[in-house]
Amino acid sequence: MFVGVDVGGTNTDAVLMDGNRLAGSVKLPTTADVTSGIVNAIAELLMQSPAAGIDAVMVGTTHFTNALLESRDLAPTAVVRLSLPATQLLPPLVDWPPELRAAIGGQPYMVGGGNEFDGREISSLDRQGLRLAVQEMRRQGIRAVAVCGVFSPVDPAHETEAEAIINEIAPEIRVCLSYENGRMGLLERENAATLNACLGDVAQRTITGIEEALKKLGINAPLFMSQNDGTLMDTEFAARFPVLTISSGPTNSMRGAAYLSGITDGIVVDVGGTSTDVGALVKGFPRESAVAVHLAGVRTNFRIPDMVSIALGGGTLVNAEPWQMGPESVGYRLAQEALVFGGDTLTTTDLAVAAGYADFGNRAMVAGLERELVTRGMADIRHRVETAVDQVKLSRADVPVVLVGGGSILLGDALVGASELLRPDNAGVANAIGAAIAQVGGQMERVYSLESGGREEAVADCSSGAIARAVTAGADPDTVEVVEVEEVPLTYLPSNATRVRVKAVGDLALSRPRP
Amino acid sequence: MWQATEEVLAPIAIGAGILGTGGGGNPYIGQLRAREAIRRWGPVTVMAPEEVPEDARVVCVGGIGAPTVGIEKVRDLQSYHALRAIEDYTGERATALISNEIGGSNSVEVLIAAAQAGLPVVDADGMGRAFPEFQMKTFFVYGVPCCPMAIADEKGNSVIIRETITPHWAERLARATTIQMGCVACYAVAPMSAEQVRRTAVPNTLSLARDLGTAVQRARDEGEDTLSAILHTCPGRVLFSGKVVDLDRRTTAGFARGALSIEGLDAYSGQQMVIDFQNENLIARIDGEVVCTVPDLICAVASDLGEPVTTELMRYGLRVTILGFPAPELWTTPEGLEASGPAHFGYDTEYSPLKVQAG
Repeated sequence: MFVGVDVGGTNTDAVLMDGNRLAGSVKLPTTADVTSGIVNAIAELLMQSPAAGIDAVMVGTTHFTNALLESRDLAPTAVVRLSLPATQLLPPLVDWPPELRAAIGGQPYMVGGGNEFDGREISSLDRQGLRLAVQEMRRQGIRAVAVCGVFSPVDPAHETEAEAIINEIAPEIRVCLSYENGRMGLLERENAATLNACLGDVAQRTITGIEEALKKLGINAPLFMSQNDGTLMDTEFAARFPVLTISSGPTNSMRGAAYLSGITDGIVVDVGGTSTDVGALVKGFPRESAVAVHLAGVRTNFRIPDMVSIALGGGTLVNAEPWQMGPESVGYRLAQEALVFGGDTLTTTDLAVAAGYADFGNRAMVAGLERELVTRGMADIRHRVETAVDQVKLSRADVPVVLVGGGSILLGDALVGASELLRPDNAGVANAIGAAIAQVGGQMERVYSLESGGREEAVADCSSGAIARAVTAGADPDTVEVVEVEEVPLTYLPSNATRVRVKAVGDLALSRPRP
Repeated sequence: MWQATEEVLAPIAIGAGILGTGGGGNPYIGQLRAREAIRRWGPVTVMAPEEVPEDARVVCVGGIGAPTVGIEKVRDLQSYHALRAIEDYTGERATALISNEIGGSNSVEVLIAAAQAGLPVVDADGMGRAFPEFQMKTFFVYGVPCCPMAIADEKGNSVIIRETITPHWAERLARATTIQMGCVACYAVAPMSAEQVRRTAVPNTLSLARDLGTAVQRARDEGEDTLSAILHTCPGRVLFSGKVVDLDRRTTAGFARGALSIEGLDAYSGQQMVIDFQNENLIARIDGEVVCTVPDLICAVASDLGEPVTTELMRYGLRVTILGFPAPELWTTPEGLEASGPAHFGYDTEYSPLKVQAG
């Protein structure tokens, strides 16, 4: 059996999955240290099902990235860019918030190296310059370093050679290579590598803490962390790429909604207390955003789910005269402040009860609301959700819409743009289920010249690389399949070059002994 | 005269994005580079065309290359090196610089070179908008020679194109050189006189970009309508408003070509607009009927925030408003239209000037 845990800002949810069956679920408050909240939730789950044999524990948490937001526990980190004589006007860390830059002791270095768009070297790797930089880092007590070469996604050779040189001089310094951290876009990829470098220590400590706590509970099963794309990473990988957890919460929620409803292509509408998140599912995974993502004020190009958030939830305030709905919300105080619960604040939940969409609290408290007000409010709610659904749709055609979250009582039986409207059972723990059912993935991205080989050969080569990475990460080889192929022609290259990216996923291999 | 300081860079990026008519690429890197240059060398003096001294020697600088490469090998100080190269070749020192193209991220290239060289910039450019090719500049349409010109990379290489038989040849040779240099080069054209600048440049475009951006920011901060703020700053009109329903995009011969379909909302409900583009927006039709063509400006902005939306950011569901602005007068003469009208892009549509109500 699998245990799935999702650590949210308010609640820590845990579920026990027996194959495809939900065998138990728990919702407890999140704790400041995160770990004890996880342990409490799993302990309670085990009390419900004492005989459970646990094969794996999957945890979704954004705890590592909270360390960034609070600028604490960050390792002293340097950045080495391999680029000279190019790119000098914008040195590493150029657009970082000064506080965060100070918190990592930000040391930028630039040395000769890097490549042109077509693979030629800008200059050869300046080994001597790099050695001097590493010696200075040691004197300054640097613990981690990000290495970023211009066009390293086309040719990572300078980055890997730089890693070997750093390891030789300063084996105690953790090295993050940019080509493993993202795609084209020098500053964004360099920033991503730097964020992972400075979070390495705190990620390692958190993971070790969870592993030790699991042992105390008598659980010897392997631990996996959820990542942004809805797949799992083992603990070693998670310690190297902690930033890949930043949006695991919304991703797990959408994956859980897909699982519970059986819908693989459609729209998920997650209505919470203060806001509604709307995202698109493609082949059971959230569609990813193409725009730059800012994390703690740092621009990166991580892929996160492409979602529209609107300030509308079950606790949203309603004002009759003049007419206004939101953006303020009573949030978690709904159970005290809403009219139906004996409070004196008119909320969207009160309108839903008055309209007969839901029946809880004391209906009599909203019996006096004007019919016109209720009708207007429900129509406004529906219109706002329909607009958000339309914004995330890929085309004009109607698609299935899955409603999850406690606030989904605000919506009726139909939405414009929806071919069908589904409200799966257990939607309240969709996020923890999303963690528990996650598969293991592998990605490969390379630039191919289509003059020497055909397009099919390039895709096949990249696919076998992605499949091998998925298996290395713990996937059962018999279940691995390619789920995403992206080809971007590099039109400016004379040799008809194309960048190919392939993602493969498979079920977690259980019988295989852990390496 | 006014000073281009760090504070005006964000408004200039918004305004240049609007004037970029769908092309011009990602403004982030250019804005950041200009910020660093101004922090290092100080603000840049901007003077109106009529303030240019009679004996001035004005050099046009700009970037040339592939935007997709520029996000990875970010541009450096090539524009300054190109400036020095053309000065050495012609034996003349520049006394002021002028932008090649106000639309899109090219608008800041001149500020970076001017900051480093300590020279003023003329408040004008060679397009008053964005166009895809080097030779499509009002300077060259009205007889300013495009050669000699210098092209420089970030490594210290520079090339002089001494003479070409047509401006189009200059584009071909410059493009080939740029690819060898690694696709993010800058160029500088031999100096112009004050008379040439006043006669052939599109005037007051840097301040127009700044004012457009400032108007959008202010309207946004004060919760007012960004679209009327834009139209109040630059006379034009709303051509259409709706949501993007289809984007047919293909890349041919290095240009992003295609068509964008928008389904009308509110006042335009039941109608459909289709915009053909080649990097920039070329021709807009409502239900098949042409409502605006090049060289008039066809600009897409987000309906709520007034943020310019480039072609690469277009996708299904986006709410956009399409604005039309009359082309600068230099483009609407017979010789201007020959270089920039619908026929230049292969359309047999006649150019019919966009009508804008006064006030």
